[in-house]
Amino acid sequence: MFKSVYNWIDERLDITPLWRDVADHEVPEHVNPAHHFSAFVYCFGGLTFFITVIQILSGMFLTMYYVPDILNAYASVDYLNHKVAFGGIVRGMHHFGASLVIVMMFLHTLRVFFTGSYKAPREMNWVVGMLIFFIMLGLGFTGYLLPWDNKAYFATKVGVQIAESVPYIGPYIGQFLYGGDIVGAQTLTRFFAIHVFFLPGALLAMLAAHFLMIRKQGISGPL
Amino acid sequence: MAHGHKSDEKVVFVGDSRVKKNNHPNIPPDYTSFPGKSEAFIPNFLLKEWMVGCVVLVGFLVWTIAEPAPLGYPADPTNAAFIPMPDWYFLFLYQFLKYPYVSQDYIVLGTMGVPGVMFGGLLLAPFLDTGKERRFYRRPIASSLMILSLIATVYLTVISWDHYQHQLEITNTIPEHHIREEKAREAAAKGEEAPSTTKKPETAAVAIVEADDPAHKLMEQSKCLTCHAADMKGNPPQIPALRGIGDVLSKEEIVATVTNGNGNMPAFKDSLSAEQIDQIATWLSKQKAAAE
Ligand code: HEC
Ligand code: HEM
Repeated sequence: MFKSVYNWIDERLDITPLWRDVADHEVPEHVNPAHHFSAFVYCFGGLTFFITVIQILSGMFLTMYYVPDILNAYASVDYLNHKVAFGGIVRGMHHFGASLVIVMMFLHTLRVFFTGSYKAPREMNWVVGMLIFFIMLGLGFTGYLLPWDNKAYFATKVGVQIAESVPYIGPYIGQFLYGGDIVGAQTLTRFFAIHVFFLPGALLAMLAAHFLMIRKQGISGPL
Repeated sequence: MAHGHKSDEKVVFVGDSRVKKNNHPNIPPDYTSFPGKSEAFIPNFLLKEWMVGCVVLVGFLVWTIAEPAPLGYPADPTNAAFIPMPDWYFLFLYQFLKYPYVSQDYIVLGTMGVPGVMFGGLLLAPFLDTGKERRFYRRPIASSLMILSLIATVYLTVISWDHYQHQLEITNTIPEHHIREEKAREAAAKGEEAPSTTKKPETAAVAIVEADDPAHKLMEQSKCLTCHAADMKGNPPQIPALRGIGDVLSKEEIVATVTNGNGNMPAFKDSLSAEQIDQIATWLSKQKAAAE
């Protein structure tokens, strides 16, 4: 049944080569933990992706309740966390997932570094990876403000003040992040937009580039 | 490409579309002839990955159920006593910027110089470390630089966290999300609704009685007002207002609180004399809403 539906679609759109190109490839022995346990270090990239997917899904559910304005932001998070059925789990997944994704990304970066996998011909993929790294830090910074509690407020204030101390362009960065002169209503809506639209958009584009390059070049060979 | 077709074949399209009609059976390629024990990603390896993924997911779910995500009290820009704290993965930078030569006059070094070199170096690593050798123990410079940076990062993070814990201790602060959780638990034990965190008790209506009393000045000098706020409205619910305190506490109770402290309220028996405390308590006990 499933097979005939697939064939019906495949006949009309020729989808087999599309996904075969991306997904059908070999998993060599030296990266397969079933053969060499130490190869588990090669799983961190996949785990990062897995947690990233969790972040995106839980984030989508959070926006069903979250209200990005300074009067309601805190109350909406409070309501979601304590009153909505399973709301605490969704927020918990997004909150702790944010830490977990950083840890996994960090371990993945170390794996790539210490196995020398960033070397020719994979330089571009490393640079793309670093850009992903910065995007992730940006997501962490902007997401931290959204619950609009004291911790969020004052951490953001200090963060932007640090950015403002950069010579020449600092004040402009401050203006851009604050949307004014203080952490206020504008800052919250801005951070929300950056956190929910701009950075995830950039992240997805970078991930696509990352995976295309891995697919094209294959995983680096055994040491 | 997983599908190939012989070039001398006449191309047949599906209907009037530009999709080529193909009769290739959809059989996954076989990787067994590759060197080593290669395995097909789909479906063999992917299935195992999903199983691991499920275990990770269940572990993660259990974690989020056991440990609720923290939430403090609503942001209050006038709260001067709050100790700012970024998320843990920024702590190393936060701590780094506290050192001399990378802060104040030298802040450019701290915000741009050192992080610029470090992250720039990381970003451009493939172009700086261009040798063919991949094993880390044969790349002493790259590896030792990375290990040193790792140690430094961990060290800075730990120091920053310790510093924060110490600050909490000397200011007698309990992080807000802990207070809040504790209050909710107490309320639940009594079978009540958790106290509302979005509405602050209304204190604005109560005026300060005899604001020109010298005790007012003395309280400012004794740092009472850094916590209880210059306008004595406090920062409820953690720090009570002192306006209208005379309605709540007697003079003796106030003397006892100030002398010996209470919870997050520090004891002042060492820093203020008994007369000073008496003077403050006398004035505070006059703070009644009804007076005027
Ligand atoms: C470190 C911050 C801090 C400082 C400094 C401080 N207080 Fe307090 N004060 C508190 C906190 C917190 C409480 C609430 C204690 C509790 O109930 O757990 C409190 C409670 C009180 C109370 C009891 C109020 C009530 O409604 O129960 C009085 C009275 C008081 N403080 C007076 C003073 C005076 C007078 C000074 C200066 C000599 C002072 N405080 C300095 C934090 C502070
Ligand atoms: C959201 C973040 C990221 C995801 C989801 C991700 C995912 C992956 C995956 C699945 C692989 C295949 C190999 C493996 O799993 O180890 C990989 C390889 C690679 N990654 Fe990432 N990655 C991320 C971030 C990064 C970062 C921050 C860097 C470093 C700057 C990086 C650099 C690389 C390089 C160079 C490769 C090729 C390694 C090789 O061929 O051995 N990636 N990535």
